[in-house]
Amino acid sequence: MKYQAEFRDPQLAEGLLKAIAATSCDYPKNITLMEVCGTHTTAIYQHGIRALLPEKIRLISGPGCPVCVTPVTYVDHAVALAQRPETIIATFGDMVRVPGSSSSLLHEQARGATIKIVYSPLDAVTIAEKNPDTDVVFLGVGFETTTPTIAGAILTAARKNLDNFYVLCSHKTMPGPMAALAGDPELQVDGYLCPAHVSAIIGANAYQPLVDAYRVPCVVTGFEPLDVLQGVLMLARQVINGEARVENQYNRVVKAAGNRKAQKLLKQVFEPCDADWRGIGNIPDSGLRLRSDYVRFDAAQQLPVDIEPAVEHQGCLCGEILKGKVRPNDCLLFRTTCTPEDPVGACMVSSEGTCAAEYKYGT
Amino acid sequence: MKSDVILLGHGSGGKLSHQLLDELIVPILSGVDQRDQNDAAVLAAQQGRLAFTTDSYVVDPIFFPGGNIGDLAIHGTVNDLAMAGATPLAISVGLILEEGLAISELREILESMRAAAGEANVAIVTGDTKVVPRGKADKIFINTSGIGVIEHDLEISGSNAQAGDKILINGTIGDHGMAVLSCREGLELESALVTDSAPLNSMVNKLIEELGEQLHTLRDPTRGGVATTLKEIALQSQIEITLSETALPVNPSVGGACAILGMDPLFVANEGKLLAFVAAEVADQALAILQRHPHGKQAAIIGEVTATNPGKVRLKTTIGGLRAIEMLAGEQLPRIC
Repeated sequence: MKYQAEFRDPQLAEGLLKAIAATSCDYPKNITLMEVCGTHTTAIYQHGIRALLPEKIRLISGPGCPVCVTPVTYVDHAVALAQRPETIIATFGDMVRVPGSSSSLLHEQARGATIKIVYSPLDAVTIAEKNPDTDVVFLGVGFETTTPTIAGAILTAARKNLDNFYVLCSHKTMPGPMAALAGDPELQVDGYLCPAHVSAIIGANAYQPLVDAYRVPCVVTGFEPLDVLQGVLMLARQVINGEARVENQYNRVVKAAGNRKAQKLLKQVFEPCDADWRGIGNIPDSGLRLRSDYVRFDAAQQLPVDIEPAVEHQGCLCGEILKGKVRPNDCLLFRTTCTPEDPVGACMVSSEGTCAAEYKYGT
Repeated sequence: MKSDVILLGHGSGGKLSHQLLDELIVPILSGVDQRDQNDAAVLAAQQGRLAFTTDSYVVDPIFFPGGNIGDLAIHGTVNDLAMAGATPLAISVGLILEEGLAISELREILESMRAAAGEANVAIVTGDTKVVPRGKADKIFINTSGIGVIEHDLEISGSNAQAGDKILINGTIGDHGMAVLSCREGLELESALVTDSAPLNSMVNKLIEELGEQLHTLRDPTRGGVATTLKEIALQSQIEITLSETALPVNPSVGGACAILGMDPLFVANEGKLLAFVAAEVADQALAILQRHPHGKQAAIIGEVTATNPGKVRLKTTIGGLRAIEMLAGEQLPRIC
């Protein structure tokens, strides 16, 4: 991988920081910017960016970590499926440790369930092919970044006539929750650092309706430190000039219209549906479900199981943290009851969760 | 050897066991044809203090770019002795073999162990072999224990790091963990990822000889990586450590693979690296000693010790920010050694 050092250049970083300070110094109010994506949250902590910015510029973390916004009832559903005989759960690694109401996939594995960590949904299709007598359930969690690959896996399974491959769908889409938070008077978000990878699929234009409806500046921003600093500068300039536009800092990857091939794949296999977001609640048309042609791959419909009633841990502030309303240190459980080894809430489990980043990198 | 795979009978203690020991294991590991039939190896008593260590190896896969479970098992125990300032004297090898393991694979592993012991100038003096039914172990597990002699009076310890010390490492970080990860099922990473597994005892001897009391702490940053090891030392010595991200040597292919997988090379395991805490006035000399050694060409001074916030480790990032460094939480990569 090339050009990593170039996007971490100390001199260029200093220049951007000076420009941010000069731009914002005469502005009479604080400027609150939300980084929507968990990868941004991690990058901001990992490079120590928050402390380098002028005090006036507040960065708050948003609901863009897919594991974190997945409701506890989904984990309970996955646990119930893992308890079925002759079933293999295939999943990206982070989901394994997320606590459900009374168990987690990690606990189920210790009790004898078969849980396989995969790096691509296609690996789950291969597992299904190799184990024809076993039901293989892939945990479909994530945003537009991963969902096209899951659509691809489903089409592959269809082509191979597999009758033992399923997806437990909890796919979510942007920018629905950004609109929900933009309308929240308690939050007062002055601008959004829009996610990099999601935007590569949906395109920078996808944020225009949000800008039109809420007059909130949006800058699609990359994940390297210079990307983040430049994104902050572009947002600060819009805020100070009283503008609200979509800008694309990450134009080396993100196009205005996005990745049309991936969008086509998504539309072929999935259709919009209402979705529950942990901490935010139900947002209309912010999720994706399988179209009727593909429901034979839907684990929720094809593999009925009893799911225990959902119990949220008392005192866990994940919901408020996901909305950017409180910081991890405001939660009484943080670093005491809730640690990466023994997490209470999803924000501590996912490597991209705000609490995990604060625990690992926070000074 | 008649069979080309390990059979349960090879662990029975009977004829097949004798055949395995006499025709394969003993000639390769000890370099002699005739094994001593006694129950224990006998070593000459030593002057000074002894160091004693043990470690078990369950790495998956057993062969990875640049090494295998065999040389890893020798290097790991040799390095644990070296970090205590000891010269390795003798090593024991316990093998747990899964029924069905290919004899050719076992032979390759044993030959690597012998080569590794040869490079580290340590004898394999005793051992044990067990065979378990298929599925009850994963191909081969190895335990190695080692005894070393400490021929000096220096106090080289994790609790001896001192304010003002400079911190050195003998090369690039995260190579072993990423090399193992690169050959796991489902990940097709660059082939440029190679383990750094190597014996460090001759390098340590040079540091001790030339630096004497100015050498305060040695530790090999294996599981949990450089970050976890430095945090342990900061807590043990009650000191603060400040690292410089720009000074950390990272192989570009490791940096790239980590970036793609969302990992941090500071938390990825090494098997041929040491962290040395030395008095500031000998830091350049220590760097020169490391860089002269074949396993230290990319050595660097990566940080320093202050007394400000005992137990804290901080990283000055490339762009000038500061962040805390904590121990690795949970398993970043299971079964890497």
